[in-house]
Formats: sequence, C-alpha cells, structure tokens
Amino acid sequence: MSPDPNAPAHAAPPARALPGRGEQRRHVLVVIVNNKPGVLNRVASLMRARSFNIETLAVSHLDDPEISRMTVTLRGDDVHVEQATKQLYKLIDVLKVQDVTDEPTVQHELALVKVRATDRTRTELISIVEMYKGRLVDMSPESVIVETTGTEAEVDALIALLRGYGIKEMVRTGTVVMSRGPQSIEEATKR
Amino acid sequence: MTATKGESRAATTPAGGASAQGQPSPGAARASGATDSPGAARASGTTPAARRSHEPAAGTAVAEAVARAQREMLHEGGPARARDGDPARPRERARIGADVVCEAILRQGVDVLFGYPGGVILPLYDVLADHPELRHVLVRHEQGAAHAADGYARASGRVGVCLGTSGPAATNLVTGIANAQLDSIPLVAITGNVPAALIGKDAFQEIDITGITLPMTKHNYLVRDANDLPRVFAEAFHIARTGRPGPVHVDITKDALQQETDAPHPSLEEVIAGLPGFRPNMDGHPRQIKLVAHEIARAKRPIILAGHGILVAGATEELRTLAEQLQIPVAWTLLGIGALDETHPLAYGYMGMHGWKHVNRAIQAADLIIALGMRFDDRVTGNVRSYAPYARIVHVDIDPAEIGKNVAVEVPVVGDVGRVLRALLQQVKPLAPGARAEYLDQLAEWRRESEATSWHGSGAWRDGHLSADFVVSEIGEATNHDATLVADVGQNQMWVARYGGFRRPNSHLSSGGLGTMGYAMPAAMGAALGRPDKETWAICGDGGFQMTMQQLATLVQDRIPVRIALLDNHKLGMIRQWQELFYDRNYHSSHLFGPDYVKLAEAYGIPAWKVRAPDEVRPAIEAARAVDGPALVWFEIAEEQNVFPIMPAGKGLSDLIEKWGGADE
Repeated sequence: MSPDPNAPAHAAPPARALPGRGEQRRHVLVVIVNNKPGVLNRVASLMRARSFNIETLAVSHLDDPEISRMTVTLRGDDVHVEQATKQLYKLIDVLKVQDVTDEPTVQHELALVKVRATDRTRTELISIVEMYKGRLVDMSPESVIVETTGTEAEVDALIALLRGYGIKEMVRTGTVVMSRGPQSIEEATKR
Repeated sequence: MTATKGESRAATTPAGGASAQGQPSPGAARASGATDSPGAARASGTTPAARRSHEPAAGTAVAEAVARAQREMLHEGGPARARDGDPARPRERARIGADVVCEAILRQGVDVLFGYPGGVILPLYDVLADHPELRHVLVRHEQGAAHAADGYARASGRVGVCLGTSGPAATNLVTGIANAQLDSIPLVAITGNVPAALIGKDAFQEIDITGITLPMTKHNYLVRDANDLPRVFAEAFHIARTGRPGPVHVDITKDALQQETDAPHPSLEEVIAGLPGFRPNMDGHPRQIKLVAHEIARAKRPIILAGHGILVAGATEELRTLAEQLQIPVAWTLLGIGALDETHPLAYGYMGMHGWKHVNRAIQAADLIIALGMRFDDRVTGNVRSYAPYARIVHVDIDPAEIGKNVAVEVPVVGDVGRVLRALLQQVKPLAPGARAEYLDQLAEWRRESEATSWHGSGAWRDGHLSADFVVSEIGEATNHDATLVADVGQNQMWVARYGGFRRPNSHLSSGGLGTMGYAMPAAMGAALGRPDKETWAICGDGGFQMTMQQLATLVQDRIPVRIALLDNHKLGMIRQWQELFYDRNYHSSHLFGPDYVKLAEAYGIPAWKVRAPDEVRPAIEAARAVDGPALVWFEIAEEQNVFPIMPAGKGLSDLIEKWGGADE
C-alpha cells in the first residue's frame, strides 16, 4: 500500500487547485428572466449573497411582454463567473443565462454628460463631440448635454476629453449586448 | 378542533404583547393604540381643516379598501358568516382561499401541519375543522413548527408543512427555513400577511417576510388573490421536492385567504409547463457516466463518499450494489449517515472534522474519490489545498452549482444520483472476489489502529461520571438500531453520528449545514408523526434542550411519543472544548445552569428518570421505551469529555488532534 500520507513526504503531492483563483477579467452575461415583480431583486440579492460584484446592470422589456432581458457585467475568473451563472440558473424566474464574453458581440452603452460650456469653449466642444459621433441634446448659456453611444472604451474616451471642460453631471446606462450573426438568445429561450 | 382553539387562546393571553401573535386583547389593544389616531380623530370630527392628510381622499375606492382592510384586521373575521352552532358539522358556505390551502396540502399526500395561530392567519384556522383529514399540531414556538416540518420531511420522505401568522411568527419560522435550505429539505412554509391594501404601510405585525426569506428559500411567493392559490401551492410543492429539494415559502394576504374562489387545482403537467425556468437535469450525461466507469476501472484505491443525496434519491440499494460489485469502501458525510448499513463489510465510516481517523486517512490516501450526492462542505474537506492530494475526483450531484464550487473535480456528472448509479451499473464489470484484498486489508488495519486509540470506546465511566459515547451506543443497542435518532448540535451531535450505529436510511436526523441548536426536540416531533411506526429519540445536550424545551407542552397536548435523552454536562460542551483547545482554556459563558429536569418533565406530566451510573443506563432507556407517550431520561455525563479526533479550523484531514495535554480522551 502506498502512498501513505502519514509516511515521510519523499514526494509531497502538489497542493490541490482551488476553484476561482484564476485570472480576473470582465465578463458579460445575458440573463433572460420572467417579467414579474421582484425578479430584479432576486437576481441582485443572489449576486450580493454570493459575493459577486456587479459592475453594470441593464434591464429592459422585450418584444415578448412575458420576459425581460438583463445584461450583467462583472469581474472575476472564469470559474467564479461560471459559478455565478449556475447560481442564477437556480432561480425559478431565470430562464436563460449566457456568458457572451468570448463571443463576437455588439456591446454598447449610452451616456448623457452635462458639460460646462462658455462662448469660448462651445465650438471646440461641438467639434470634439462630432468627432466621437456624439450629439448635443440640450444647450444653455453655461452648459451643454452631450449624448453618446458606443462601447465602454469609446464612451470612456469621450468622457476623458470632456473632463477638461468640467463635467457637472453624468449618467451611463451600463452595457447592453447582442451577439453578432443570426442566432437569438430570445428565440432560444422560447419553450 | 374547538378544544384546540380554545386552549390556544388561553395559552397566548397571559403571554401579553411580547409573544401573543393573535387577536387577544393585549395585541389588539396595542394595535388600535398604534393606528387609531387618524381614523378616530377624523371620525369624531376634530381634525383641523388645514392639516394635510396622507390618507387617500375620503370616498375614493382606495380609501374604502384601506378602511375595510383595517377593519378586517383589527376586528374579528372578515365578512360575518352565520354559524350553525355545531362545529362538528361542516358549515354551508362558499369555498374560500383558506380552503384551497387545506385542499392543496392534502392533495400532496401531506397529512400533518405544524403551526401557531395569529391575527391574519385566523381565516385558515377557521376552516381547518372542515378538513378533518388534515392534522394540525399546535407548537409552542414557530421555530419548532419549521423544525418539526423538517423532521417530518426527513423521516417520511414527504414534504413538510409549517404555518404561522405574519410578523413575529414569520420571523420565528426563519431559522427553521434556513435550516431546511442548507440541508436541502423539502418544506412548504405558509405565513399569513396583512390585507393587500395594507402591505407596505407598516401595519400591525407586518414585515417584509418575502424579502427576508428570499435568499434562504428555493423560491417564495406573495399571494394576494385567492384564484392564484391552487397554482401557487401546486408549484410550491413541486419545486420543494423536485431536483435538489429545499424550502418554499408562501405568504398569503388575509383577504386572499377569505376571498371566495372556484379556481381548480392544476395537474402536475400544467404546473411543469408553467415553470419553464425549473427543469432539473435528472439523467446524467451518458458520456460522463462512461468516463466514471473508466476512472473506476483505473483506480487502485477508490473510495465512495456517500452524501445526503443518496437518501434523498432513495438510492441506497444502488449504492450498496455498486460498492459490492466493485469492492469499494464507503465513507459518509454527516447527512449521509444511513446511506449504507454500518455493519456492512464495506461500510468504512464517518468522515470529516470529527470523523474517524481511519476514514480521513483513507481519503487522504485514495487515488479516486467517488462523491455521490455530497457537496465538499468545509467540515468534510478541511483545508482544500491539502485535501485528498492523490485523488482524482468524480462528483455526482443533481445541483450543477455544486460541481466545482468547493473543490475542482475531474469528472462531473449532473443528475439524480439514483439514476446515475443505475446507468453506471450497466457500464461496470463486477470485480473478482479478492481483487482488492491488499487495499481492503490495509483499510481494515487502519480501522483497527484507529479503534484502538484511547478516545474510542472509552467505556462507561470517565472520572467517575457517565461517558456520553457509552450512553449513545446504549440507546442505539436498546432500540435495535431501528429507531429514528434525532441529534441536536454540538458534541452530542458528533457522539450520535459516531456511536448511534445506524442501519436504516433516514433513521438519523441532524442539523448539518446550519448547525441549529435546539433542533432535536421539535424535529423529533415531526419525525415521530412522519414515521409513527418507528420509535423516535431526541438526543440533546443541555444547551440545545434549553433552547426549545417549550415543546414539551406540544408533546403532551398532541400526544407525540418522543423519547428525550438529555446528555447533561452542565456545559456548552463543544464551546468548552474549543475554548480548551484553541482559546487557552478561557471558559467564558460555556458553563450552563440547568433546572431539575425530572421535576421539569413531571410538571408537564412527562415521566422522567435521572441516570448517573452505567448500570442505570439500560433500565432507564427501557423504562422510557415502555411509556406510551413522551418520556425523558436525564443522563448526567462527564463535564469535560472532548470529542476526539478533531480537525482544527483551517487544517487538513491529516492534521487531526487525537488528545490534548495530559487529558487522554
């Protein structure tokens, strides 16, 4: 009989790998849920209780009024996020969970930024916004509201430039995501 | 039923505001005191005209609904119904939401519910007598109702049902619901809530109970419409018992309980079709099962870890067949006790923090772990880094979220363990007799070594006091290893797990995941009613017993034949042990005063015996067994007996402490 763990460790075995200690990265989950009161609370409560930190969360109705779609972004290693998806599946009101991190997708968010604008800076601001395919949706003697959509990185880039003029107020929707190509997570959810 | 109701009211009245959950005068007086000022002022016409009111405008539909709801909550009943004066004769009346609840429970094959009446649940108590097949057990605290339903479920394999009113009753149920959640026990917990129009208004005894139970249930519901009740209850029972079982909480507003309805009960097919988000995977993937067969064929030192899943799936036969055909020894978790008859030659023992040394040693030396319906809890693995260092792991569980949660595994199989084992048995070839002789001989030698150490079978006496392991093994022997033994939490739990000697599935009940002190007595009430054909013993320490001993009254009033073995060391034994071992003998708050338990039991009319010497143990057990009804045996045991071996927190299965200082346990 060998090996006996109580014998001298002539060949100590390697330590067993722990789940969830791998490389941290941003994951994007699409979650299709029943469109019922309290479902957002169930999802949020589960993520909190299991120590998954949500970075962004966007929720909306779909064409089918019975279901809603959530886009959740969170950071973690692959095993950790897989655990999150499995726990989400255990919620009765969750119909489908898909980690689309490694799939070709369109990932966009929308931001509204209220920026200080004087007669001196307004023209310059407008040209920056145009260059970044944003638009002005409101204007006052001291400020403008800039609307922009795009990937998180694109929105970040524009905001970095606007920061120099003085950001008075800002709101971002969080990422919404859709897989490229003909496949549809919504159709795949239909019973 | 009338007698029960009368007595329950008598029981709640003297308790006053603190625990009276009902309408009796103290509660009602306080309620009206808290809420009557706006209404009363307005009614008497003294409201200053300028004062802005947050009440809905008088005469509107909302105002009427709120006023009606307040009336119905603060005063008896809803719409008055004529009574014909004979409570035994069913009344001529329409079917209401409360009837639906009773029908739904009976339709699920459940015949007992454990509950406590109170304000907003009274409409349900009002119709219970019209459903005489449904037995209601009046507990003395709602936590006990949840534990009793839990014990009923574990012992009988059916769904347990408990019942309480809103507010304090609902929060009292929470501990029992959490206990069921962590141990995967099928439970339907029913609470009343204030009328729908008062929800969110901080009405008397209103609390957001569905918000509280959300993270500790498999699913929960707030029902405001009686027409939803048939569907909700059919779903609740289906969810509670299907896949990995768990508790489901149904909160029902008082007006929904009183509302007339003719909604039909749905069929199981309709229920399943209505739950597209709940499709547990029952059959393991054939490819994975083939991989398991390969792993087993390659392994030289395989060991099976049998968990609660074996009992839940009713797969004890399949487990035994697999072990016998492939000559693989079987170790078990705390909740896996009873998965294999402990006298079976391949039954190796209890694993983990307080497991047998030889079992943990075999796990650490194994080259293949076949984990069946268990979840690699930290009490089982210790430090994961050093857990089973030579083993590849096959993990079969019905809950995909358990796979890879605590330890990384080589071959996962998601499915019902019974179905997976049946499929696996088709894939494996029985081994020739003696094929694993060398391995099994080694394990047998380890077992002999382990059993020869001083902490094992220490005999009846310890420093002139009774030893706890002796008492527990005597109870096992006296009951022919066929009784249901319900452990509490702490040292007594470990002694029961190791020395009870279990041969029958579901004959060992223990609060594993939550570790709820006070579990044994109420859970034993449920077990005794769930399996009336089996003798039931609650084995408690003096700490846990004092947490739920109010249920002695329940045992008497509802004539539940639970035998209580009280292992009294005047200590919170496990706390004291940890303080001795890990906190430099700083014995703060672990010494425990207790009453004269014989007098206590006799005050309830329960026969009781006190035992201090080994030769009194067996006669007292036999005397308690001879009682037709509840009985108590008070064992005064050694004050400082430790449970050894023990794996210190953060250490691994190879780091067991077997003795401490000079005290050789």
